[in-house]
Amino acid sequence: MDPVFFSGQLFTGLSVASLLLLTALGLALSFGLMRVINMAHGEFLMIGGYLTFIAAKIAGPTFLWLAFPLAFIGTALLGALLEFTVIRRLYGRPLDTLLATWGISLILQQGARQIFGSTGVPVTAPAWLNGAVVIHGGVLDGLTFPYVRLFVIVLAALVLGGMWWLLNRSPFGMHVRAVNQNREVASSLGVNTRRLDMLVFALGAGIAGIAGVGLALLSPVNPTVGAAYIVNAFLVVVVGGVGSVLGAGAAALLLGFTTALAEGLTSSSLAQSIMLILVVVFLQWKPKGLFPTQSRALEES
Amino acid sequence: MNRATRTALIVVAAVALIFAPMYLGAYSLTLLGRVLALSIAAIGICVVWGRTGILSLGQGLFFGLGGYALAMHLKLMSTPKGDLPDFMMYNGVESLPWFWKPFASAPFALAMVLILPAAAAGLIAWLMFRRRITGVYVSIITQALVLAFVTWLNGSQGLTSGTNGITDFQTFLGINLRGENIGRGLYWVTLLILGLCMAGTALILNTHFGSLLTAIKDNENRVRFLGYNPAAYKIAAFALGGLLSGVSGALYTLHLGTISPAMIGVTFSIELVVWVALGGRASLVGAVGGLVLGNLAKDKISSAAPDAWLYVMGALFVLVVLVLPQGVAGLLGRRQTKNVTTPVRRTAGEVAVDAAD
Repeated sequence: MDPVFFSGQLFTGLSVASLLLLTALGLALSFGLMRVINMAHGEFLMIGGYLTFIAAKIAGPTFLWLAFPLAFIGTALLGALLEFTVIRRLYGRPLDTLLATWGISLILQQGARQIFGSTGVPVTAPAWLNGAVVIHGGVLDGLTFPYVRLFVIVLAALVLGGMWWLLNRSPFGMHVRAVNQNREVASSLGVNTRRLDMLVFALGAGIAGIAGVGLALLSPVNPTVGAAYIVNAFLVVVVGGVGSVLGAGAAALLLGFTTALAEGLTSSSLAQSIMLILVVVFLQWKPKGLFPTQSRALEES
Repeated sequence: MNRATRTALIVVAAVALIFAPMYLGAYSLTLLGRVLALSIAAIGICVVWGRTGILSLGQGLFFGLGGYALAMHLKLMSTPKGDLPDFMMYNGVESLPWFWKPFASAPFALAMVLILPAAAAGLIAWLMFRRRITGVYVSIITQALVLAFVTWLNGSQGLTSGTNGITDFQTFLGINLRGENIGRGLYWVTLLILGLCMAGTALILNTHFGSLLTAIKDNENRVRFLGYNPAAYKIAAFALGGLLSGVSGALYTLHLGTISPAMIGVTFSIELVVWVALGGRASLVGAVGGLVLGNLAKDKISSAAPDAWLYVMGALFVLVVLVLPQGVAGLLGRRQTKNVTTPVRRTAGEVAVDAAD
């Protein structure tokens, strides 16, 4: 294979993996902590995208300063509301949350369709993100890295780093890890688990909102964009190992690269099918994912 | 509701269904027949989810395999001998692909309607359950598989007609599908097959095998400690669910006169599950009833107010799960029969406390 084409595919894979990672982080968190399968998570991504569109309408060409806080806070509040009204009542029934949140995602999609229409709304990236790094000379002559895609990759790396710090170096993270390991004991030692559940769920939603900003920069936002990401985001969670942030990062990269390479070799629809089947085969080898949570419990919910 | 009232209700419903062609108009009869065909898949979900506790979000895959197996035969039958199906010619396919060839034979195609979905379900189940993949993992994997299947279908224009799906059928087993009284005949055949599937499944669930499925749902580890191999029973249950979905898919294809990837995708698979949840996942009659009534309501509401339908359905999903976890059948007081209620699972600590008392 031509090295320029090959590297280009790898780069595309990396930027796809970045969005996938940002979407999957929230899922990994809430699934690990609360055993909640949130099918409406993709819709937080969609809402983040639409909030970016609104920010661009309000603030003009330099809208990113407004888009990030708006998307993060907007989706986080919605996440908290969802947790408070529905998810909270379904703890311990993961399969039921899956169905209920699917209903919520239908409502959110239809709402978006009626407000913004079913065709995608375009967001023009700010002027300083137009352009690309072009490599001249050598074997990789002519390879281009668009600034927008680089921006999304850096964004994902920053969020991943921030999450790692938050979970492993802050008191909040300590509580999250404690509840993750043993909810009852953490609760009896004074951790307010109910409040923590809500915060974590809102945080996951907020990160998906940030992913929505990146998504809006790359392609137009439409009502079904969340549904397009959700299945792959779940696979990232499964392959990475439930509840593991680093696992989610590794799995997102693995899936992004595999898809991009398979796309380079065959067609894009076949690549998607191959990737999905590879995941099932991978789970034969590591049923608990790349970085499983070690446990001696016989019954795992 | 006691046993006598229940039996009476089922008899009344069965009689009403058998004589439906006498009093229903052409449109309503077609709709009812189609929904009844779909409800065979609900029986499969009842076995797999309601009784064994495996939530598969990929029943559309098996439904599609059954549907496509029959559609390939019907397509070859309505193509003049020696010609290629029309969509292959448009896509520049030179000769009939190898996997199309045997479908020219009706017995082979009918056998495949049963074998393909059951074998696919069995294989997938074997891959998952032998590695003890359970719970939400199974849901996510099956959903990914149905997405993979649909994506592949969409991408293979020349082999499967892609997004357009296979359509334009004329004859089946020598019967003209566009004939005068074909609607009634098809309706009764569908009703007969539905009845057979329900009775057969009820018989199977009444055996030792059925009790073991319930036991696996309640506590798989205890079943394992008692010396059984839960994986084998789960694989069998999953294959049975796949088989029923395949039969449903083939009948549905016959009713609609077409099958396409959009009909069998992720959304379709989840919708099936939700109607079953609404009716009552653990009860055969509840599952079938939920699917039939849900789809009839869908037809009425979505034609009257297309924009409102998705809100109604979304809200219904949430409400069913929050308010009616055992569905309508659970609400109608089947609580006296023990196998429906889930036992309270106790921790080792509680057991120790009881023992000390």
